[in-house]
Formats: sequence, C-alpha cells, structure tokens
Amino acid sequence: MSAQQDAAQAVESYAGERYKYGFVTDVEADSAPPGLDHDTIRFISAKKGEPEWLLAWRIKAFERWLEMEDEEPAWAKLHYPPIDYQDACYYSAPKSDSDRPKSLDEVDPELLKTYEKLGIPLQEQEMLAGVAVDAVFDSVSVATTFKGKLAELGIIFCSISEAVKEHPALVQRYLGSVVPYSDNFFATLNSAVFTDGSFVYVPKGVRCPMELSTYFRINAANTGQFERTLIIADEGSYVSYLEGCTAPMRDENQLHAAVVELIALDDAEIKYSTVQNWYPGDAEGKGGIYNFVTKRGACRGANAKISWTQVETGSAITWKYPSCILQGDNSVGEFYSIAITNNRQQADTGTKMIHMGRNTKSRIVSKGIAAGRSDSTYRGLVRIQPKAEGARNHTQCDSLLIGAECGAHTVPYIESRNPSARVEHEATTSKISEDQLFYCRQRGIDEEDAVALIVNGFCREVLQELPMEFAVEAQKLVAISLEGSVG
Amino acid sequence: MLTIENLHATADGKPILNGLDLQVNTGEVHAVMGPNGSGKSTLAYVIAGREGYEVTAGSITYQGRDVLAMSVEERALNGVFLAFQYPVEIPGVGSATFLKTAVNAARKHRGEQEYDAMEFLKLVKAKRAALGIDDGMMRRALNVGFSGGEKKRNEMLQMALLEPSLAILDETDSGLDIDALKIVADGINALRAPERAMVVITHYQRLLDHVVPDKVHVLAGGRIVRSGGSELALELESRGYAGLGLEPSAAA
Ligand SMILES: Nc1ncnc2c1ncn2[C@@H]1O[C@H](COP(=O)(O)OP(=O)(O)O)[C@@H](O)[C@H]1O
Ligand SMILES: [Mg+2]
Repeated sequence: MSAQQDAAQAVESYAGERYKYGFVTDVEADSAPPGLDHDTIRFISAKKGEPEWLLAWRIKAFERWLEMEDEEPAWAKLHYPPIDYQDACYYSAPKSDSDRPKSLDEVDPELLKTYEKLGIPLQEQEMLAGVAVDAVFDSVSVATTFKGKLAELGIIFCSISEAVKEHPALVQRYLGSVVPYSDNFFATLNSAVFTDGSFVYVPKGVRCPMELSTYFRINAANTGQFERTLIIADEGSYVSYLEGCTAPMRDENQLHAAVVELIALDDAEIKYSTVQNWYPGDAEGKGGIYNFVTKRGACRGANAKISWTQVETGSAITWKYPSCILQGDNSVGEFYSIAITNNRQQADTGTKMIHMGRNTKSRIVSKGIAAGRSDSTYRGLVRIQPKAEGARNHTQCDSLLIGAECGAHTVPYIESRNPSARVEHEATTSKISEDQLFYCRQRGIDEEDAVALIVNGFCREVLQELPMEFAVEAQKLVAISLEGSVG
Repeated sequence: MLTIENLHATADGKPILNGLDLQVNTGEVHAVMGPNGSGKSTLAYVIAGREGYEVTAGSITYQGRDVLAMSVEERALNGVFLAFQYPVEIPGVGSATFLKTAVNAARKHRGEQEYDAMEFLKLVKAKRAALGIDDGMMRRALNVGFSGGEKKRNEMLQMALLEPSLAILDETDSGLDIDALKIVADGINALRAPERAMVVITHYQRLLDHVVPDKVHVLAGGRIVRSGGSELALELESRGYAGLGLEPSAAA
C-alpha cells in the first residue's frame, strides 16, 4: 500500500470518528485544553496548517497509541508514579510577553547563579530564562547570516514545521522511516502530538562548514515537550549537529518525549552531540522533568557513519537509547555517553547497535557517574544479524560511584548470529578513592574541585568527542552537576 | 616555622606516634631517618592532615597556627607541601591540567590572577626541563603508567611550581637510580631558601650526600630517639640502627 493510500484511508476513518468525538476545540485558541483525543490531534495539526497526509499519520499513531495502554515500558530500572496522560497539555502557544519575566530580577536566583558559573553572557541568560526583551538578539542576526551561508550550499536547516511546508517531499519520504509511528509507547505518542523540532538536509557531497545548533533557532520556535528532529545526510555529505544547551532549562511540562531520526546515505557522516540539562527536580526529586527519548540513526548506505555523543546531567528520569542501524556495508556506529545522576535522579540509558551490513563496526563508550541517592543504569544491545559478516563491536562501560547511597548497573545484551563477528565488552565500577581526594586536597584543590577534576578525567574519552565549544562548557557542567555530592 | 610537641597518633586504634617532638626553623633542612614501619610516613600524613589518623595528644604549630585545626587544603594553601612516597594515579587527568589546577588554586587563595593555559605552559616549561621532564609526560594522565622515577620527578615539579614554605619529602629518593637521584637532589637544593624549611624523610644516607641537612633525626618506635648534625646520618650508615642501639621495629 502506498503512503498516499494509507493516508487517505486514515483520513476516512478519522472522518467517521470525528462525529463520534465531536469537534469542540477552538482552533483560534492559544492552547488545547488538557487531555488527549482525536480533537487534540486535529487541533495541533490545524494550528500548524499541516497537509492531510501528516494529519493522517498523526491519527494513525494516536490510534496505535491507544492500543498500547499496556505497553508503557516497565523494564527500565526507573521508578516514578503513573503518568496521567489525560492530565497533560499537548499544545500551548509560546507565552506572550506579559506572562514572561520582565527582567532577570524576576528570575529564580538559583538559576542565575548557575548561569554565572557557566559563564553565560547576560543576553543569553535572558533568553534562556524566557525574559521578554524588546531588543533584537545578536543571535538572531547571527542566525540570519548563518542561514544565508547554508543556503548557498543547498543545506536546509529549519524547524520541522517549516520543512513540512517548504520541503514536503523530503519530510514525507523520511519521517518515520527510522522510528516508525508504531515503534514504542513514547515514540508513538510523540508521532501523534509532536509540536516542533529541527529539520536538516545536507545535499550530496556537501560538507556542512559549521556546527548546526538548535541554539540558533531557540528564539524562533519554542519547541516544547514533544520535539521531533529529522536529519538527512545525502551521499558523501557530512554534518555535525548540536542539541541542547549546558544551561539548566526549566519547563512547566514535566513529561518530555522526543524523537530524533538520522539518515546517513552512502559515504555520509552525521555527528550528533547532545547536552541535556533539563531541571532534575529538587533534592528529593520533586518537580523534575521526565525525559523519554527515542533517538535512532540509520546508516542506509555503504561506508556511512553515525556518531552519538551525549552528556546527560539533567531530568529526574532519563529513558534514552540513541541507536544505530548499520545497514550499509562497512558502516560505522558510535555511542559516547556521560550520564551523571545526583540526589534522587534516575537514568536508564544506553544504546543499540544493530549490525546488518558486512564489516560494520560499532564502538560504545559509556561513563556513568552516580552520586547522592541516585541510580544510573547502562542498558545496551549489540545485535549481529546473520548477514553481518566480519562485524565488530567494542563496548567500554565504566561506572563511578560517589558516596554509598547511589547505585550503578550495567545491563549488556549481546546477540550474535554470525560466527565471524567479534564483540568485546569491558565493564568497570569504581569509586573516587580517599587517596585521590587527599592527593588533590594536599595540592590545595578543594574537595568539590577535586571531585570535578577526577570525574572529568573519568569522562575524558567522551568529552573529547564533543565539538570544542561544547566541551569546555560540558566540563563545567560536570562540576556543577556534582555540587554538594561530597563532604 | 614548625613545632611538634609530644605528638601521639593512632591509626585503627593502633598507636604509631608516641610522644614525638620536632622543631624545624625557617631556612633549615632536616632529615628524618628511621627503620621501616617506624612511623615516618605517618608523621608526614598527620602534618598534612590525612584522614584515618587520630591525634590523641600533643600539638603541631606551623607559622604560629594550630595545624590540627586546619583542613587539608588550608594547610596546603598556607604553604605545606607533601611529596608522596607513593604518588596517586588519577586516570584521564593530564599532569599539566592537574598542576595548573593546583597552581591556580594557590594563586586564587593569594588573591592573584589565575594563569591562563599559555602563561602556565610557559611557566612549566622553564621548571620541567631541569627535572628532565618532557612535554609528553605533562600530557599523560597523572602518574598513570609513570615509572617510579617519573613519579618522583613529577612530585618535585609540583613542589617547584607551588613553592611551599614547608616541604615534607617522604622517601622521594627511594626507587631512583643514581642519575634520577642526582636530578631530584638538584631539584631539592634549588629550592633551598632562607624563607623555606624542608623535612626530608629518607631511609638511606645516599640522598644526604647530595642534600646536606642542617639536622638529622632518628625516628624509632614513633618517637625521635636521637638528633644530631649531618654526621649522624654517616654514623647510621656505617653502624646501622642496631649499632645505635635501635632495633628495627618489628611492628610491620
Ligand atoms: N592506616 C593505617 N592503619 C593501620 N596501621 C597503619 C596505618 N598506617 C600505618 N600503619 C602502621 O603504622 C606503622 C608505621 O607506618 P609508616 O608510618 O608507614 O612507617 P614508615 O613510613 O616509617 O615506614 C606501620 O606498622 C604501619 O603498618
Ligand atoms: Mg613510609
């Protein structure tokens, strides 16, 4: 069945439904009322002026999601009270200026302290804290020059809503092609209700000359809790994409469920770096973000490469497994991860490397740091399909514990269906030793700085994978995330 | 500069220092010698403030201040430096990074501008050459995979950069070949200064051929049992602890 037929059918089935549920939501309203039904989906789609096929796709996802009631993942080592999905708000327009803080004086001083420690300039602080400002940000003009340069090269970098309007063929072709709408509970929910996200297309043979960052779009669109990102690197192209921001971000929405899809064709390379620092909640974990993310990349072509690097320090709950499907012969997948949990945070994160093509290679380096009463789990799958002749994987999985009340767990799954494959897994668990702390302190380095230094050393292999400008901030972030974890 | 009176210290409830007295004046170099297990490292650790040792009696005064009331880093920032008998490995942390962090912590404490990477590299370059340390070693993770000699030379480099008022060198000479010993000895001599005091803990006379101490003390059974001039070290060398009527401690 073609996609179009699919869509037509869904619209039809929806039309019947429409009667059943009634169409009550006012499209002129700024927000959809709490709750999730067909109307909510229709409202979101209408708000964004979407074509029928996309609405149909959302509806299909929603209907699938309704059947998934019992499929909310329970296997992760995460504990949280049941989420009432009918209590959440699925669409709200960006806040109007009158609702926003007028100046930094009205912003939580704790937040400002952290911005200061990270060395974030005042203007950016205002932006991050959501202050209403009249002056045009420097970053907007930067973004404009930036966009001009990209356009010259034929690179498309815009919000996904814009891409749906301007480049519908590309979106329709690739959306859901790596993470199908029916993939898992959270991805399916995202497919039904996603609000915005980024879209990148790099044409054949083009090497994107700069790091692409959502940062440059942050003024333009408030991406919200159900982010959807789609990146396509055409044959022989290269792109490095940076997501997130070291500054702590607040959001009234507790539930976040993003989907990121990457597609690398023959000889193409995508490097995707994330710094995730959503609000982790207070010391007891109250009020923190629940972050359920589906990230997956497909190396569709021969010699393609996808590299995920993540620094996860925020959120109360992190559920996230950036994965690579290595379809093309000789394709390469990498996963470099730092996950830091403190206080009552819980992270269950890792990767999946699915080797399908011949001589495919993957490398996994995971550094989990747990402090306070937090829990950190690495969960990883390496699967070698029967045709993946000569496949190689190397996994290095290290955990560092700070204090006696936290936990670190390593759950590796290895499935090899080709005898020529070689899969290696190494795991270590250690503590910061008294000797190391004493040595540092004897050199005049206070305990908190000593912990930061030792942890940064522990993470070095991953930190050095980050683009330069991110790496320096990430090191500071490591230090800040562990404040109060010793002494 | 440093006055230790009647110091008693235990570890795990076991008495190790039993009424130790020591007086070191500014500008002096003292050697502390003694058999294995006599408490030399314990003395160094208690002065530096390592956890796990309990001072049950006595006092340590440094520059007129009660050392035992100060935190480990406070002591360090006020000029107390310990060259470790067994320098600690810190994986992933480059030696240069570690050193810069330490030097900048001291500068910050003194209200001085912290060095940036370039300034710091220049400073290190001048000091490391004399110790036979190349740039490659500075880039390696601190003490990880270093040979015994590299570790000790690295300790000396840290001392040279931190310019302490009171340096305690715990068996910095052990495990060194003759050439490395000479380098380390030259490093120590280069830092001898009227405003600085040093306590050189050693097992052997051979370091003291190069670094001639103002005073020599013999530590046994957790106390200073004899003190004298540099000739005492020679006497020890020729007659051994037993010859001085000091049985090597059987405690270890
Ligand atoms: N943390 C400790 N717990 C128990 N015993 C210790 C501890 N540290 C040192 N000792 C004991 O104290 C004695 C002196 O040790 P040390 O100061 O290392 O001697 P030295 O440096 O002179 O060889 C030894 O018997 C040693 O086993
Ligand atoms: Mg010793």
